[in-house]
Amino acid sequence: MAAITRHNNRLGVWGWLGGGRWGIERYAYILHRLTGLGILLYLLMHTVVTSLRVRNIYLWTEGGFFHQPIFRLGEFCVVAAFAFHAFNGIRLVLVELGFAVGKPIEPIYPYKTSVGVQRPLLIAVMVLALLFLLVGAYNFLGLAR
Amino acid sequence: MAELKVNFHVTRYNPEKDPKPYIQTYSVAVNDGMTVLDGLHWIKENLDPTLVWRYSCRMGICGSCGMLINGTPTLACNTQILHLSQTDITVGPLPNFEIIRDLVPDLLSMFEKHAAVHPNIIRPEAELTDRTGEFYQSPEELEAYLQFTYCIKCGCCMGACPTLATDVRYLGPMPLTALQRYNADSRDEGFKVRAQVASADGGAFRCHYAGECSRVCPKGVDPGKAIQLLKRKLVLDYLHLANRKKPCPKLEGPGHGKLLPNMTAPPRTIPE
Ligand code: HEM
Ligand code: SF4
Ligand code: SF4
Ligand code: FES
Repeated sequence: MAAITRHNNRLGVWGWLGGGRWGIERYAYILHRLTGLGILLYLLMHTVVTSLRVRNIYLWTEGGFFHQPIFRLGEFCVVAAFAFHAFNGIRLVLVELGFAVGKPIEPIYPYKTSVGVQRPLLIAVMVLALLFLLVGAYNFLGLAR
Repeated sequence: MAELKVNFHVTRYNPEKDPKPYIQTYSVAVNDGMTVLDGLHWIKENLDPTLVWRYSCRMGICGSCGMLINGTPTLACNTQILHLSQTDITVGPLPNFEIIRDLVPDLLSMFEKHAAVHPNIIRPEAELTDRTGEFYQSPEELEAYLQFTYCIKCGCCMGACPTLATDVRYLGPMPLTALQRYNADSRDEGFKVRAQVASADGGAFRCHYAGECSRVCPKGVDPGKAIQLLKRKLVLDYLHLANRKKPCPKLEGPGHGKLLPNMTAPPRTIPE
């Protein structure tokens, strides 16, 4: 057999994310959770802040606490989180209702799994999320005005 | 071929002595074609007779040797060392299970969940015990569940599932796949009984399709697919949209359970 070549086993940046040993669906799973909780948190804060209107407190207008560039960035993050969550959520609905996982097949090595069957859908919804974000960025950068 | 030294970073743990697991490194002489299981044997024979793991068939059939190899739950007997690395590999016990010792996980929790999903054909007792006929199943009906029968209960999927990592009550991919295997069997009448388990707390809807189980399954069983098909059926049934097919009939055979008058048994090959 051919001589064994030494391999530099360093994982580099991939090592941060667990060495790329986990599939991207797992990262989508984690991100879906985080963004879900994130926008829930936003919704709660948003409800509290806007309801202060009954006491004549307008924190988001000129001179108010939330009228700062940092919160504008924060708002964009909420849009980004929402874009990911909503589009990925559409994929999850389709997948979890069994529409994008394929039929049971004979497992022949190398195995093909449902993960591969739904992968194009994942890519498609991520492209849509990105397009949504670009439109959002256009607005946030003030180009729409 | 020149022999190569590969460092095995093995998780050691003796609950009688060690407060928590630690890593011990062994330098293993590796030849081409050696599996991780072979490497462990080599360590036991040459370096450390106290190292403990579980295995049986050493050919990917018994499901005993599931381990966390280089961070991925897989079968030690089905993984070649040099396919992973020529310098270092890590070997640990399957995650999401308690460690009995070293590389031996306590799989009891998985088997209890497996037993809880009614992993058997449910039909009226009389039909099952009466041996005069067979159930009729077409090749298409067989294919609806065949893939899920290849499961060897190795627990790799359970070690990989991120939901199971945080929720001990979740049944997990292996038991839910076994559940779907029987639900999808045209001979079975147990959907209602199993739906109780599958839609309860810790059931199928705990799965959020991280797909990890399907990626690691060493037998190509695709538990993720089984669970999503299970959810689909549960949702359709809940909405009264599922097509309620009667379970397949029992064939009574050409003679309806009795020998045909003109049929004779072949001559005996062993004298009485
Ligand atoms: C178009 C909008 C949305 C869609 C399509 C959507 C879709 C989904 C889906 C399908 C799930 C289940 C995921 C799974 O089974 O793994 C989910 C989970 C969740 N969503 Fe949404 N969602 C949307 C908006 C929101 C909003 C506005 C919030 C917060 C206020 C939110 C918070 C959450 C949370 C906290 C979870 C639980 C995450 C988890 O358990 O991993 N979602 N979403
Ligand atoms: S589904 Fe696959 S990974 Fe899970 S126990 Fe069965 S054979 Fe092992
Ligand atoms: S698809 Fe479901 S069962 Fe499989 S690893 Fe993901 S969450 Fe767990
Ligand atoms: S020893 Fe039986 S599956 Fe590995």
